[in-house]
Amino acid sequence: MRKVAGEAGNFTVEILKEPRYIDEDKCTACGTCTMYCPRPVVDWYNERLEVTRAPHIDYAQAIPASYYIDAKACLRINHETCNLCAQTCTAGAIDFSQRPRTMELNVGSIVLTPGFGRIDDDILRRFGYGVYPDVVTSLEFERLTCASGPTEGHIVRPSDEKTPKKVAFLQCIGSRDESCGNGFCSTVCCMYAIKEASVAKEHEPDLDITLFFMDIRTMGKGFDAFREEAVKKYGFNIVRARVPKVEEVDGRLVLNYVEEDGTSKSDVFDMVVLSVGLSPPEDAEIISEKTGIELNQHSFCKTTQASPLSTTVDGVYVAGAFQGPKDIPESVTQASGVAANVSELLKEARGTRAVTVSYPDEDKALMEEEPRIGVFVCHCGVNIAGVVDVKAVRDYAGSLPNVVLYEDTLYSCSQDALKHIAERIRDERLNRVVIAACSPRTHEPLFQETLRSIGLNPALIEMANIRDQCAWVHAQEPEAATEKSKDLVRMAVAKARLLEPLQQPTVDVTPCALVIGGGASGMTAALSIADQGYKVVLVEREKELGGNLRRLGCTFDGEEAKKVLNSLITDVKRHKLIEVMISCEVKNVSGYIGNFTTTVEHNGKSELINHGVIVVATGGREYKPKGYLYGDSDRVLTQLELEARLSKGKSFLRNASRVVMIQCVGSRGEDMSHCSKICCTQAVKNALKLKEARPELDVFILYGDMRTYGLYEDMYREARLKGIKFIRFDADRRPEVVKKSRGLSVKVFDKIIGEELEIPASYVVLSVGISPAANEGLSQMLKAPLTKDGFFLEAHAKLRPVEVAVDGVYICGLSHGAKGLEESIAQAKAAASKAVIPLAKGKVSVAPIVSHVDEKKCIGCGICASLCPFSAIELIKVDKKRKARTITASCKGCGICASHCPTIAISMGGFTDEAIFAQIHAFGQGLEQGINEEN
Amino acid sequence: MADTGYNPKILGFFCHWCCYAAADSAGVSRYQYPPNVRVIRVMCTGRIDMRFILEAFKVGADGVFTGG
Repeated sequence: MRKVAGEAGNFTVEILKEPRYIDEDKCTACGTCTMYCPRPVVDWYNERLEVTRAPHIDYAQAIPASYYIDAKACLRINHETCNLCAQTCTAGAIDFSQRPRTMELNVGSIVLTPGFGRIDDDILRRFGYGVYPDVVTSLEFERLTCASGPTEGHIVRPSDEKTPKKVAFLQCIGSRDESCGNGFCSTVCCMYAIKEASVAKEHEPDLDITLFFMDIRTMGKGFDAFREEAVKKYGFNIVRARVPKVEEVDGRLVLNYVEEDGTSKSDVFDMVVLSVGLSPPEDAEIISEKTGIELNQHSFCKTTQASPLSTTVDGVYVAGAFQGPKDIPESVTQASGVAANVSELLKEARGTRAVTVSYPDEDKALMEEEPRIGVFVCHCGVNIAGVVDVKAVRDYAGSLPNVVLYEDTLYSCSQDALKHIAERIRDERLNRVVIAACSPRTHEPLFQETLRSIGLNPALIEMANIRDQCAWVHAQEPEAATEKSKDLVRMAVAKARLLEPLQQPTVDVTPCALVIGGGASGMTAALSIADQGYKVVLVEREKELGGNLRRLGCTFDGEEAKKVLNSLITDVKRHKLIEVMISCEVKNVSGYIGNFTTTVEHNGKSELINHGVIVVATGGREYKPKGYLYGDSDRVLTQLELEARLSKGKSFLRNASRVVMIQCVGSRGEDMSHCSKICCTQAVKNALKLKEARPELDVFILYGDMRTYGLYEDMYREARLKGIKFIRFDADRRPEVVKKSRGLSVKVFDKIIGEELEIPASYVVLSVGISPAANEGLSQMLKAPLTKDGFFLEAHAKLRPVEVAVDGVYICGLSHGAKGLEESIAQAKAAASKAVIPLAKGKVSVAPIVSHVDEKKCIGCGICASLCPFSAIELIKVDKKRKARTITASCKGCGICASHCPTIAISMGGFTDEAIFAQIHAFGQGLEQGINEEN
Repeated sequence: MADTGYNPKILGFFCHWCCYAAADSAGVSRYQYPPNVRVIRVMCTGRIDMRFILEAFKVGADGVFTGG
């Protein structure tokens, strides 16, 4: 990005595109160029642990799936020699005439997602990195543990390539360390260290692994449970110490550290892994200068708790680690959320550049004829033809039943080949096509498009994967690979004979969203959906909107919570597209994506709402503490109760001399097993408020781990500087509140002095954590499962963090798990963003691979409905008999129903029993032939 | 395999979303493995009917591999 001009809705951005020297449209990602290039370059993707060649692709999943040439290393570019890659590239994709190109883009909005930067090597050197070869970074270790990495997953130390026996992980390298300029916590390292250590143990079970933590910050959803399980299963040694440096003595790495009780220890290791943190991106200042956005004190993008995805410039948004250190689920959530921001801003432009593609009608008469199969066998340059005898496979295909055309093509996926295939299909009046080439996962849609373009149903194609699963993996056995290719082609032809056209029906979407829950998340989601132009019904159980935000004093960045609340409520009430229903409860939900009907009860009266999507924002509750004299003494408060008192002034502190806060009340194994994520920061925030109100007040915080992650670490540091005292306790020896003649006392075992302390307290404040709302009923209505902690379970923690397994249902806020306001708002935006997709499309396309129940054969046993993971089968009455029926809009085509139906009444589009049996029999024919040949 | 003289024919049922994708990935990484398996792609291993496995053995498979 070179230059930005304009304003929200109309920016002009100048982009410089560096030459790749390989044409993305022509490159087939075969890798021949890398193989022939004589110039080695370090492989940055593998953290410099391996070499690649000047032309390469960073990693197999890179997008575009095209190679590029490292201009600094290339002989042709620098010395006008070599040119080997150009000569060996049969696709003709190498293009040395490419030059840097400046593009000017006219856009309505800009999203900043530059990610995070590396920790400087100078800082790593303090810990022996670059000095001792067996000190590696966690990123290097990650590559070593990866099965597709440089050592194929074998853990070896760089000095002698032998498997180490003892490995140490040092946490907080380049994090929580003001001496290196990064005072913040990088949030992700504690968790990834546990993960890397676990993967390492899976590869090398004899490893002895020690992890050195200050606080163990595994506060994400389900993270504590994962960590505890891993520590137990793999027997990690957990040491609470910050190791200041790494030394080498007689070829071993020595760590000196001080344990919690003050004793000095020393231990030797074979390998040391530095858990490096997340810096702001290296070019943060440049981005800031060009876009005009402000950065915060740590050079991350400046945002607020109430609008975490907005920068200080209108129309410019941010997502991911540039907004602050965060993990993948958070980043993906923010990315979806930011799409909602953009969609709100640009709603007028929606669909204005859409292009409609039309296809000729399908030739029904042709389908009445016997199968006329055409087989196209692809060379893929030398990728297939270098191993498999393509011409032999082609001729073999000609001998198979119903094959009327068999050809070989150099690159089936190239534009001219597709055109040729289309012509041949038309000329030969083919009604089934087999392409023996690469993977249907990547290329089937391309060939299906070719079929559609000439009026053939896209379901009439079958691919035989003779590249990825044959030529590439049997490179040394050309004869066996050719035999396997023939078998795969025979099996594909056998299936192709039975392929039938499949319809891709669409279902209309009711253009309305139901948002359940009117707290900060629910209101944010409702507003976003409405701002994107769609009707919303917002249902709240209580008498007023606001949820937990009503009880909050101020946000973590010091803004008055009431201000955020009032602005949300005003906007929601004022919005023409939002209908608010208070004192209402959801009693029943039926239907599927695009067509839900929900029964809402209000004062004993029921109302039906038709809507296309559902956002669940049912929130959470403040955990009700047991013990700690809560309820017995009016001087024992929860953090929210303290906030309520603080908001009324400081008079309640008049005679107070000391306040003791106790963390993890009810959380992390006491009553609820999960960590509530926000209580540590909330305690520090309130402790600072107390100090501000009465500086002479003595404040203690008793904790298990201080989990002031990310930039909240600044508040923790400030609290320590202001004299707030922190005492750590173990989960199995929690503090106790006792009544004394003159008030309250808190007993806690201080591990540093090894004695139990008794701290007299004017007030005891309990950090009680977040318990889930009573979600069981709703969970059953939606068929959306809960975690064992009682929160809604997302469809995929990383890839689909705001969706549930059932289509058309989205989750956000505390209903998904414990989190703060900032994260709830980002997640609510993400849920709104996802929910608007079907609303904006207006139709839900049903994938053609769905199940179909033959009503005649169905006995209505319901096994299929009970097994379907997507609630895609309903039981209906037909002539008073129970019958199963597929809800095609919800069906994912997995086929569990078909394989379990006792009367074989269910068939799967594209994967019918007949077709699979035909494949099995075709497989069997190969065996017969093989036996005959042997005889 | 050739060394032992035993050359089994194995029929594989691969889930489109995971095992089949992994087999593609193995190809991209050029991992080499014995050429004994023939693959039937299914959209989920849940699609695999017991009859498919029995049929495979009936037609002479030495082994059936399911990956999902």
